[in-house]
Amino acid sequence: MTRIFADQIDVELTVNGEPVEARVPVGQHVIDFLRQNLGLTGAHASCEHGVCGACTIRVDGSSVRGCLMLAAQLDGADVWTIEGLSDSDSIRDLQEAFIARNALQCGFCTPGMLVAAEELLAQGGVPERTAIREHLSGNYCRCTGYEAIVDAVETVARQRAGQVQSGKVRA
Amino acid sequence: MKASAGGYARANDLSHAMELLASSDGSGRVLAGGQSLIAAMNMRLSTGDMLVDISRLSELSGVTEEADTLRIGALTKHVEIGADPLIRAHAPLLAEAVTCIAHAAIRNRGTIGGALAHADPAAEFPACMLALDAIIHIQGSNGERSVAAEDFFEDLFETSLEEDEILTAITVPKAEAGERQVLQEIARRSGDYALVGLCLVARSTGHWVSLLSVGSTPVLAHNAMTLLDQGDVDGAVVALRAEIDPPSDTQASAGYRRHIAGILLRRAVAQAKGEIA
Repeated sequence: MTRIFADQIDVELTVNGEPVEARVPVGQHVIDFLRQNLGLTGAHASCEHGVCGACTIRVDGSSVRGCLMLAAQLDGADVWTIEGLSDSDSIRDLQEAFIARNALQCGFCTPGMLVAAEELLAQGGVPERTAIREHLSGNYCRCTGYEAIVDAVETVARQRAGQVQSGKVRA
Repeated sequence: MKASAGGYARANDLSHAMELLASSDGSGRVLAGGQSLIAAMNMRLSTGDMLVDISRLSELSGVTEEADTLRIGALTKHVEIGADPLIRAHAPLLAEAVTCIAHAAIRNRGTIGGALAHADPAAEFPACMLALDAIIHIQGSNGERSVAAEDFFEDLFETSLEEDEILTAITVPKAEAGERQVLQEIARRSGDYALVGLCLVARSTGHWVSLLSVGSTPVLAHNAMTLLDQGDVDGAVVALRAEIDPPSDTQASAGYRRHIAGILLRRAVAQAKGEIA
């Protein structure tokens, strides 16, 4: 039977805008492919059953658990990790707000938290704090107690909606 | 932990998927959104599966309007169901359920067909199917068949699906004018599996009450339904607590689950009447 079912799969995809070709073992998680094969160690592998959110990345425009998707499923996908989002400056305001508000301590959850928060912010408008908490409810932070994270996300939503000026002077 | 898989093949269309399943010598496992299956593989609850990845089959995705029903493709994602205008207009229970299912990143990949085939008694969609009197559509090597939701869920994570079959779609009746569909549940944290959940559908033909997290399958509360039809809410609460046989576990005792089931029924009735939001 089992040439039909391969134990290694060839995939072609883009990661942070760069084309990638790879042969991956069928049981390998997306998060382990990114971290171990591509050296993109920003997103973290932690609970490995979809609960903690540390491995959250962006696949085809949506936030996805890197531990609940197989690398074999990535053929044709457009993947963004915190490295690409940082280099492209696309979430610079959100990252600055996290720093300004001390919305991280150890930083383990932060890459996943930023991807999740950006998905909410990209929907536009200024979400209620309860909506921010709900959207981030799948991302555990064991340091901050969340209040500062919610502050940071709310601040950026207001900035993007033109309700307050950014705290940073821009060049 | 790391997932253990025996092999992987991506289906190009439904007939290809059927061929792949048939060639798997009984160890085939259909991979849709993977939000339960891959978690189970990670915990080594499922090992050595020959994965048949159907997640790219666009023919199995989307919601279409029929005369008196909606047809929901098995690969329609939770996030799509929550936002779909046909669902919101004609089967609002499902849109409400989406808000209770896990977290945004899970809802972005999880599919309704996958949730039903997985048949977790603590999940929302299986209970919704019972309350809506839905029909499950199944493709097998010998053709198509359809089964009523109440006959589909057989035991813990067990359905009437055979090894060579794929769940392809669900049809649910469109809500009548004035019909109310309500979901109430209690979970310790947002996105957790509910300690108990309850769906109430109030139609001109009668009340439908289904529960999740009270046994090895989602259940219809027939005695409570009969008493609600007679307008006896107090009697329905007593009957509901008597007719369910919930488990005790680390999350809640059986007695506590019985207690909150009754409270959820009162809340659902009040919400259906517009007395609470």
